[in-house]
Amino acid sequence: MTGVKIINTQKKRFAYLGSVLVGFINGLLGAGGGMLAVPLLEKAGAQQKQAHATSIALILPLCIFSATLYLINGKVTLSDAVGYLPAGAVGAVIGALLLSRIKDSWLRKIFALFIIWSGVRMWFR
Amino acid sequence: MVQIAGVYMWLAGILSGIIGAMGIGGGGVLIIYLTLMAGVDQMTAQGINLLFFIPCAVIALVIHSRKKLIVWRLAFPMILGGLVGVAVGAYSAQLIGPNMLGKIFSAFLIFIGLRQLFARKKDRESIKKSSR
Repeated sequence: MTGVKIINTQKKRFAYLGSVLVGFINGLLGAGGGMLAVPLLEKAGAQQKQAHATSIALILPLCIFSATLYLINGKVTLSDAVGYLPAGAVGAVIGALLLSRIKDSWLRKIFALFIIWSGVRMWFR
Repeated sequence: MVQIAGVYMWLAGILSGIIGAMGIGGGGVLIIYLTLMAGVDQMTAQGINLLFFIPCAVIALVIHSRKKLIVWRLAFPMILGGLVGVAVGAYSAQLIGPNMLGKIFSAFLIFIGLRQLFARKKDRESIKKSSR
């Protein structure tokens, strides 16, 4: 079964290299690194729910670093963001509890439709 | 008017918290709200979202790690790679400027959405199999 192992190691290497791109997207677009991290983690062997949860463990330190750079560059201030935090905290609890209950395929489709629609609207803004 | 704006602000915050905690990119939602509805500049919206996501991620992480859903041995090396990428990405954002950045962001949303929508079932099953 060494063949399987080699493939897995290659997939993991692919995920490690891909993580640089995850960080790049996070720094460039201020979001979306997670969307890329989930498929990478799945390729590296995580199951779907594990991949979604692990992507947050990956994104958190990247967000902290990214946010620090944005603050240093004067693109944003702490007071710009503070108003959104309470609502976000409520949402985070709901979302984290929902993750282990909701059907995987539903999650994908609903979200996919939503972001396509938003992307189109933002393009023609 | 102010009250209505406040309601939308809460809705956007809660929704992106939910989606963010599920690990499907809540960041998109808040930036979409900030730029399309609140008229915030693209770069500032991105900065707000980054700050916003930090406490959300901490909360989600506590809940997920209690359920043992986090694969740390995969996360750690990817964090290192990711930090390098962040430095390059944040620097590039500065160079590109808000208008072009907005277009790139839209294109990215559409691309990710289409990929998710048309992901073949066969691929997903083979991923699940190989992870066992």
